[in-house]
Amino acid sequence: MTKKNYEDLVKKTTARFPEIKKEFKTNSKLDVKRLYTKDDVKIDYDSELGYPGLYPYTRGVQPTMYRGRTWTMRQYAGFGSAKETNKRFKYLLKQGQTGLSIAFDLPTQLGYDSDNPVAKGEVGRVGVAIDTLKDLEEVFNGIFLDKVSTSMTINSTAIVLIAMYIAIAQKNNINLDKLRGTIQNDVLKEYFARGTYIYPPKQSMRIITDIFEYCSKNLPNFNTISISGYHAREAGCTAVQELAFTFGDAIEYVKSAINIGLNVDDFAPRLSFFFSVDNDFFEEIAKFRAARKIWAKLMKDKFKAENQKSMTMKFHCQTSGASLTAHEPENNIVRVTLQALAAVLGGTQSLHTNSKDEALALPSEESVRTALRTQQIIAEESNVINTIDPLGGSYYVESLTKKIEDETFKLIEEIEKKGGMISCIESGFIQKEIQKQAYSYQKEIEEKKKIVVGVNKYALDKKADIKLLKVNPEVESLQIKNLEKIKQKRNNEKIRQLLIQLKKIAESDENLMPIIIECVKEYATLQEICDVLRQVFTEYKVVEIL
Amino acid sequence: MSKKIRILIAKPGLDGHDRGAKVMANAFRDSGVEVIYTGLRQTPLQIVNAAIQEDVLVIGLSVLSGAHMHLCKEVLKLLKEKKAFDINVVVGGIIPEKDIKELKRIGIKSVFGPGTFMKDAVEFVKKLVK
Repeated sequence: MTKKNYEDLVKKTTARFPEIKKEFKTNSKLDVKRLYTKDDVKIDYDSELGYPGLYPYTRGVQPTMYRGRTWTMRQYAGFGSAKETNKRFKYLLKQGQTGLSIAFDLPTQLGYDSDNPVAKGEVGRVGVAIDTLKDLEEVFNGIFLDKVSTSMTINSTAIVLIAMYIAIAQKNNINLDKLRGTIQNDVLKEYFARGTYIYPPKQSMRIITDIFEYCSKNLPNFNTISISGYHAREAGCTAVQELAFTFGDAIEYVKSAINIGLNVDDFAPRLSFFFSVDNDFFEEIAKFRAARKIWAKLMKDKFKAENQKSMTMKFHCQTSGASLTAHEPENNIVRVTLQALAAVLGGTQSLHTNSKDEALALPSEESVRTALRTQQIIAEESNVINTIDPLGGSYYVESLTKKIEDETFKLIEEIEKKGGMISCIESGFIQKEIQKQAYSYQKEIEEKKKIVVGVNKYALDKKADIKLLKVNPEVESLQIKNLEKIKQKRNNEKIRQLLIQLKKIAESDENLMPIIIECVKEYATLQEICDVLRQVFTEYKVVEIL
Repeated sequence: MSKKIRILIAKPGLDGHDRGAKVMANAFRDSGVEVIYTGLRQTPLQIVNAAIQEDVLVIGLSVLSGAHMHLCKEVLKLLKEKKAFDINVVVGGIIPEKDIKELKRIGIKSVFGPGTFMKDAVEFVKKLVK
């Protein structure tokens, strides 16, 4: 039987039974054909797909992938006080989690202490409150830094938090080369997708490259940045835009680091990535496969990297928060399972699975456990880990991978033509693109062009009845009291001297890391350090574009 | 001809999630409402001053950080202090059921949670100022 026979058959069938939709598209609005065949995949196997652990890494970054070790199960956690967060971490480790991931509250992310008036109502809400080294010491009480890998979702104040992490290691006589983990440290996306920027882009880039430089020499096993598409995707953009904005940012970071004299192969192996994994199952898998290939090509062709490790794109994944519904929270467990499976089939190195109650509150202990169990069931019961990149060779997935790669390169080029990501952020181009997609997505839901089960179809009348986590309302006042105590006990004169020195270094082009490590060891507060930097670097004034 | 409805959409506190605020700004604008958007990290005082200066009938606050109780109370208190009795306040965000009751009790006109349709929120606001 031939293609012609099939086409005739389809014509006959659709005449009597029309298909359920006029056009079929992915979530990111890429066209999807009825059927993919060998005619759709005209690619050269060795140069376009190759082998896991080898250029261009389409099929995976390690030669044995999950047969050697499954991905790191890393649930993002943190709320209330350091003590409560420490308790949640120990619980997660006991349940079989393999890496830590700290959520910080907004004052910590923005360089304000808990006693600042603008912090009122926010202390300990979306993450743990850190004012001084004392708090981070409490977070890691009884957890050995040389035994865990720690990811910190911290950006504008990343330099202070990594300094604290280093200080804890040094105080406990742990060699810095034993420290494993990641700081997010991706400030560019804050300007267009996440909102916790402090300083203008140029000064932020200086802080970031100072971290690259210091860590490439002293923390060889720590990822110095996690270049993130997650937040842009959550803000509403498409899969292709997620990749293009992420690599657009990555290009800026690599250029800046090269500009201060670093060798690409000295810092690029420690660059890591962070993506969202959304509802469109095959599109997401194709996205990750395409992303690995794009990064390998960029590093090899554009930046002339020679070290294979500079070309391998390692990434963390989080299931899509925006896809969660407040209606019938248990439905979210199913969404998360599909998304997590897509991340695994896409070859992720690390995964956070959202909890069913996260459209309503921070997750409860019970719902986090279910989310973690979801990963464990995929890893240990489903056998999907048995072979590498099991969807490689699928006509559809390969065709989609190629399509996403081509579209992403096109958009990267367009951004480059407009002067690069920083220019595109300053002109509002990126913000406008994201906003346009977010608005059209919501309209499609309301017009029922896009179905959300339990929301615009099969909706129940009753509201969810579910026990939610409540952050202890005393956290704020306790945190302020503890801060007062520390300020009385520490050597305030020494801190005054150190902060003067910090200002001088900030005004020069000397690396900021060593002095900030000294400051935090003396229990200078996060805000004391950031205020000095604000004074020297000024604050970013955003132009809002609607 | 009746006066055009004006709404101030504001992000109080330190929260950076502005997808909801911007989507709603677009929805209000497309329905003929005049929209002023404050951008991120506004203090309650900045928001109230802007609302009075821009002569809006409604403030739409968007909070996803859990700081809604403190921030809403502040905005309502300042409006009262400045005798801006004609300005209505509605809120959108991730707000637990129990807090919704309390917010309505202190004078917030409506709370729009996840899953709210834009058209319902727009309709509510239009009726509110009729």
